[in-house]
Amino acid sequence: MQSSFPFNTAGYSRIVSDETRPNPDALLAAIQQEAVQKKRGKLKVFFGMAPGVGKTYAMLEAARREQAAGRDVAIGYVETHGRKETAALTEGLPVVPRLSHAYRGVTLPEMDLDAVLARRPQLALADEFAHTNAPGSRHPKRYQDVLELLDAGIDVFTTLNVQHVESRAEAVRQITGVTIRETLPDTALEGADFELVDLPPEELRARLAAGKVYVPESARAAQENFFRPGNLSALRELALRFAAEHVGQDVLAYRQAHGIADPWKSGQRLLVAVSASPTSAALVRWTRRLAAELQAPWLAVYVELPNPLHADDQVRLSRHLALARELGAQVFTTTDDDVAHGLLRVAREQNATQLVVGKPVGWRALDLWRGGSLLNRLIRESGNIDVHAVRAEGEPPPSRPLPRPRFDASASRGYGIALGFVAGTTALNAILQQWLGYQSLALIYLVSVVALAMIVGRGPTLAAATLTALLWNFCFVSPVFTFRITGPTDLMLFCTYFVVALAMGHLAARLRAQQAAERRREQRATALFFLTRELAQATDFADLLAIIIREVGKTTRAEVALSLPGETRTAPLTPYFANTWAMPDKEQSVASWAFRHQQPAGRGTDTLPSAAGLHVPLVAGERAIGVLSLRFRDPAPLATGQRDLLDAFVRQIALVLDRQRLRDAEQQAKLVAESERLSKTLLNSISHEIRTPIAAITSAAGSLAEKGSAGAGAFERTMIAEIQEAARRLNRLVGNLLSMTRLEAGHVKANLDWCDVADLVQVTLKDLARDLAQHKVTVAVAPGLPLVRMDFVLMQQALTNLLFNAAVHTPPGTAVQVSAAAEEQTLALSVADHGPGLPREALPLIFDKFYRAPAAPAGGTGLGLAIVKGLVEAQAGQVKAENRPSGGAVFTIRLPLASAPPVARETT
Amino acid sequence: MSTAPQPLALVIDDELQMRRLLRVCLEANGYRVAEAATGQDGIAHAAQRPPDVVILDLGLPDMDGVAVLKRLREWSRVPVVVLSVRDREEDKIAALDNGADDYVTKPFGSGELLARLRVAQRHAQPGAQDSLFRTGRLEVDLAARVVKLSGREIRLTATEYSLLRLFIQHAGKVLTHRHLLREVWGPNAVEQTHYLRVYIAHLRDKLETDPSQPRLILTEPGVGYRLLDEPSV
Repeated sequence: MQSSFPFNTAGYSRIVSDETRPNPDALLAAIQQEAVQKKRGKLKVFFGMAPGVGKTYAMLEAARREQAAGRDVAIGYVETHGRKETAALTEGLPVVPRLSHAYRGVTLPEMDLDAVLARRPQLALADEFAHTNAPGSRHPKRYQDVLELLDAGIDVFTTLNVQHVESRAEAVRQITGVTIRETLPDTALEGADFELVDLPPEELRARLAAGKVYVPESARAAQENFFRPGNLSALRELALRFAAEHVGQDVLAYRQAHGIADPWKSGQRLLVAVSASPTSAALVRWTRRLAAELQAPWLAVYVELPNPLHADDQVRLSRHLALARELGAQVFTTTDDDVAHGLLRVAREQNATQLVVGKPVGWRALDLWRGGSLLNRLIRESGNIDVHAVRAEGEPPPSRPLPRPRFDASASRGYGIALGFVAGTTALNAILQQWLGYQSLALIYLVSVVALAMIVGRGPTLAAATLTALLWNFCFVSPVFTFRITGPTDLMLFCTYFVVALAMGHLAARLRAQQAAERRREQRATALFFLTRELAQATDFADLLAIIIREVGKTTRAEVALSLPGETRTAPLTPYFANTWAMPDKEQSVASWAFRHQQPAGRGTDTLPSAAGLHVPLVAGERAIGVLSLRFRDPAPLATGQRDLLDAFVRQIALVLDRQRLRDAEQQAKLVAESERLSKTLLNSISHEIRTPIAAITSAAGSLAEKGSAGAGAFERTMIAEIQEAARRLNRLVGNLLSMTRLEAGHVKANLDWCDVADLVQVTLKDLARDLAQHKVTVAVAPGLPLVRMDFVLMQQALTNLLFNAAVHTPPGTAVQVSAAAEEQTLALSVADHGPGLPREALPLIFDKFYRAPAAPAGGTGLGLAIVKGLVEAQAGQVKAENRPSGGAVFTIRLPLASAPPVARETT
Repeated sequence: MSTAPQPLALVIDDELQMRRLLRVCLEANGYRVAEAATGQDGIAHAAQRPPDVVILDLGLPDMDGVAVLKRLREWSRVPVVVLSVRDREEDKIAALDNGADDYVTKPFGSGELLARLRVAQRHAQPGAQDSLFRTGRLEVDLAARVVKLSGREIRLTATEYSLLRLFIQHAGKVLTHRHLLREVWGPNAVEQTHYLRVYIAHLRDKLETDPSQPRLILTEPGVGYRLLDEPSV
């Protein structure tokens, strides 16, 4: 069916006539995927039906071709199994040295992931995709190593047998009878290229007989069975079909990406019920296969019942849920006291159209007790949801009896209490029987059973009910001290008592269990509520962190460490100083991994499960903003409920931290803006206060000069000129002081724009005409100089200062030359004078604030050149002072040159 | 102008000394002067006795000068010359974009201020717009679209001509970069300063005697350009 899928479109097109438009979600996913894939490495899988078909050989050949084509190829890990032809192919291919793991006295060589990452080849070879790494490696599985290589942008070649594919493992087991332990989630193969390495079964058997196929010592016994001709044919078909199906998926992805109508969209949504039962895994795989065939999304749902799971069951359940997640299901956990009810609730909430459950194998009597088997009730109540009952085989169920009675410490305490109750009541009854009839004593027993049910669990209650029935019969019903019942009335009484006691006990216990579940749920909600409330009270970031550490520690009963992004690049993550758990370096590196990959790592996860702590990244939006690390005192794995609570906590914490950080940043920005506003106000008022009187002086002197030119003598004219000159000088000083203050405060922001250098020079010279009147000024702007990106006003000020400097420091009558030219990628704008030049010792200091060269004329503040430097640097330029060989000083401003956007030429 | 009644100048400045100085200077040059020390006061004055020209300080005690400008422009087209110590080009641009006719920074020469006042007043006169414009050696017949330099016809491209026409319509007045770009190249081009640089250079090449010493189209650093307005020459 799968292999014929891509070609058999006629039957499906009818269903989806309205689905001709590409699904926008799928398009978006495709865009994102493309974006990711651009950076991501490409995976190529050399795929075969069984060991010995020559996958490694084919991979090496392909790698040599890549190398010959000029790509950087390196061997991360290749297993030649001592075969000469294969080993010969590895020659000439650089090998990244393996890492040796000492494990129980054996040295296990593994691929050195970090070394390969550091070596960064374009293409890495990593044999045996489904390989399980030695304990203590970063990842439990090699495919996880490979995924990390791909994430780092390295292409990978790898090899795989069909038996190791998770969704096919069950089929392989059914064909060969061999249970495959090393399996690989199907998701790891998504987006991979497949190259099928095929060999006819007879040839493979011939190679096997010739000893050319490596089979591990431990598998020798299974070898004969595995490589039976019938099996090989079946495996070969399985491999061919799997590869074909993958090609089909590629076609499908392509069709969706390019807006071609998808004729297979079925509109179905599958839901599989997952439990701790060993058959669940097979059920999950079955559903995944059906989902793949229907091209339908699927969910896996676990209904958590009031009574807690046994540790073994908890582990198995976690495994099933993880399996479902790996196979691409959306996983839900819900709490309900009735499995059927919970399943249907989620199914309706999630719009599931098909429900998959296991075929019941339990006791029918027990089903009746529960008001019909799960399957019957699901079928009865499912309404428009289809129900699949699938016969699923699993590992043999554990020898533990299925109904719950369990002799752990707390249970035996329960039985003790029950025994005490029964003994006490019996003693009481022995006393009361003087006054009461034996029927009344039954009622007293009944009261004690009900009372007991309120205190202990179902098992002890039921035991007490049975025991009291027998004791009542034995001690108080005549004939006394026998189990014999004489009259029909007594018989009826005994039976009624027995049934009522059992029912009461059962109901009371169930009620209690429900209450307990309710309480746990409430505790969870309360914990979250308290966390939220406490977090809301935090006044700042540090307070927030302290509260997080305290509250999380209290709720999870674990030592807590928070790590936040560090300031430097070398330490991406820094543990917070107030942590209750001082993480050793190794744990810190696990936390770093979790941070980088935005995935939980450490205990109970797939990555570095041997770590002491669980490290959960705090992800807000797209970014990880820190890591929460927990070291639990209780060595047992986390129960599903605890895990949910932790997830909720982490989400909440990430949200709050992110918000607080944004608030802090906003606060900071406000502060900066406020300080800028203040200093601007101050500068404005200073400039107003000083310049207004100067303006008055200038204006008054100017008016005087105009008015008085007729009547005034030379003396008055000289005095007026002096006043005007002094006012100008004062004004320049104020201007320079303000500029320096603005530069120092960092308030000068260059407003870069395309400017005409000739215009700049011209405007500046015009403004300085009076100051340069005593000098011969020449201008040499290179013809065809392009527009330059600069701040016209800042440059004008800089050039003004340079020219003014030249005017002041050189004798009257000497020449000053302004020239502008393009030199390589810079504009060189220089002011050259024919003065005495700069003293040698002044050269390195000349641009310093308040520096005044020895023998400089009196007056001047030593600010002019410092301002020039500040103004030019604000525009990403440089300024330099030199002495010219021919005498005199030259100051050169250099600004980066870029080609201005073109302007269309017009004709008249 | 000599027969016309003396023009009324309204001085809005909070500095008593400045007002006193301006009064002396303006009265000596044939103006009547009204004074206001606050923005509110100034607006009230302008409403009661419409002045012929307003000299406006930006740093007023009760409100910012630009706000006064905006209020004035809601109902009046009186020429306004800003006279301020603020010498940063963003202040100049803000004032010009909000309807100021000119901008003079303190300290100022009285001759310069008076010249700017005259230009601003001339523009406010209705019907003054002649189809024939003359400044310096330049003569433009806006009706016939003919540009002459010392009597010789000059050929301009379409863009050069629209730029020149815009200058002529606002002769003597500073036009900001954004204003020029918006009017000539359209609202999407207001950031494309390089268009302006290139075409100003073209215009100068064609119209100026010495393009490196422009006398017709003057650069106002960081703010914009101004066309020389000397019709009497």
